[in-house]
Amino acid sequence: MEIKDIFRQRKKRWNRIITVRRNINEEVECPKCHGLQNLGALKNNYYVCSSCGHYFPLKAHRRISMICDKGSFKELYGKLKAGNPLDFPDYEDKIEACCEKSGINEAVVTGTCKIEGKRTAIAVLDSSFLMGSMGTVVGEKIAKITEYAGKKKLPLIIFSASGGARMQEGLFSLMQMAKTSAAIEQFKSNGGLYISCMTHPTTGGVSASFASLGDIIIAEPGALLGFAGPRVIKQTIGEELPEGFQRSEFLLEHGMLDMIVERSNLRNMLSTLLTMNVGRK
Amino acid sequence: MDSVINNKKVTTPYEKVMLARSSDRRNISDYIEELFDDFVELHGDRLYRDDPAIVGGIAMLNGEPVTVIGHKKGHNFEDNIKCNFGMASPEGYRKAVRLMKQAEKFNRPVITLLDTPGAYPGLEAETNGQSNAIAESMALMSRLKVPVIAIVTGEGSSGGALALAVADSVWMLENSVYSILSPEGFASIMWKDAKKADMAAQVMKLTAHELKALGLIDGIIPEGDKCIKALSKMISTEIKRLRQFSSSALISGRYAKFRRYGNE
Repeated sequence: MEIKDIFRQRKKRWNRIITVRRNINEEVECPKCHGLQNLGALKNNYYVCSSCGHYFPLKAHRRISMICDKGSFKELYGKLKAGNPLDFPDYEDKIEACCEKSGINEAVVTGTCKIEGKRTAIAVLDSSFLMGSMGTVVGEKIAKITEYAGKKKLPLIIFSASGGARMQEGLFSLMQMAKTSAAIEQFKSNGGLYISCMTHPTTGGVSASFASLGDIIIAEPGALLGFAGPRVIKQTIGEELPEGFQRSEFLLEHGMLDMIVERSNLRNMLSTLLTMNVGRK
Repeated sequence: MDSVINNKKVTTPYEKVMLARSSDRRNISDYIEELFDDFVELHGDRLYRDDPAIVGGIAMLNGEPVTVIGHKKGHNFEDNIKCNFGMASPEGYRKAVRLMKQAEKFNRPVITLLDTPGAYPGLEAETNGQSNAIAESMALMSRLKVPVIAIVTGEGSSGGALALAVADSVWMLENSVYSILSPEGFASIMWKDAKKADMAAQVMKLTAHELKALGLIDGIIPEGDKCIKALSKMISTEIKRLRQFSSSALISGRYAKFRRYGNE
């Protein structure tokens, strides 16, 4: 173990202690309505603001603990870390800082778990890690967990939250769109069930690859989902965008989603869908 | 390696970008005219409309029918308005998917020509599922049972280009560029300043020679007088080579090709 790893472990432990203290004391401000609420109450309400219904973004492990049976999650490929294929200036430092801050090695956490007793492969993107952007490691982990699910005849659930392809890895990042799409397509054509859960925000190269290829596509309410970002569209067409454009409800209306499911009901819905789709041998 | 434009040597990556975008370059209609015989254009996605930013159809190459699909740019402003500057909408990708399925049915190789600043970031394009159309096109291409050859002829930018480039063999013209995003877009995201596009082009590694060195493309076609001859020869050779594989070997080979990017 390197010295910096020892320090990181200490920091992780220390952060945990701080988090526990925060739970007891702290009031959290909702970024939308600016109302204050107790962190414990927020947690009990699935990190949804009790006064305005705003969905707080979830870190990958928090999402996993909300969705999976207690203690059932087993992480796979957790050690994979980004290289710097283009020798992009300061990229390694940036990744290192993100790892320190988030306590995870990349913008996606992959593994297996049980949902109400039903075993499934799962991947959860974390938008707090470089905007959940997809570089080679995110693409690789998605491809690996998809292939694993195919080999073990498990269903696959992917929670997306991403700004798109990761700039710092250039065309290598772009290629992850092809790689993940190919892996998902192979998995599906061999009879696998893939449920895509889009959460705020899912845009760009993630939206335009595996996230849009679900046998069933679910979104959380009010999430921004689209290919191009609203700012770019506004610049291109030179007019204001209509109210609610590119939000989950808009996509549902235009036939791009199967359903919108509230966070408090997601685990139930996934469990139901897993039960209904056990057709494969 | 250097190219010449207006008697000036092109040396920086950003100059290559400008060259790749030049409206004097051949567009898809020119390539089709010079490379193939008897092109029959096919229109429409059978769902909503025909997207003029994507051209597709059947043509003859050395007596063998092939399906040709690619982005359309104009040589002047008027033409560009008609074909939306090569920025495709979901209907364009869905037309491409329809024509690729048809190619598979009749066992025709698919040749795609890429030249786009990116998929169209418009209101209607988003409403009609731009993300879904791009994703479905890549997914379909990854399992096509016929040989697929992709050639970046000008500007191969973002998912809008890759949507037609999940191929067995990917080539670039000497002065084309292939990138995750336009250098302007890249600079605006990374440094909040689109004017730093020059600097972005330096770090993005988007020229044919850089991408060949990184192993992200299979080969480079020289430009100038020999361009069409070299292209024609490459396409014929590649079709012949790829025809030796069974359809399942083709699919697993294509899967492995994209699977290995970022896996080293």
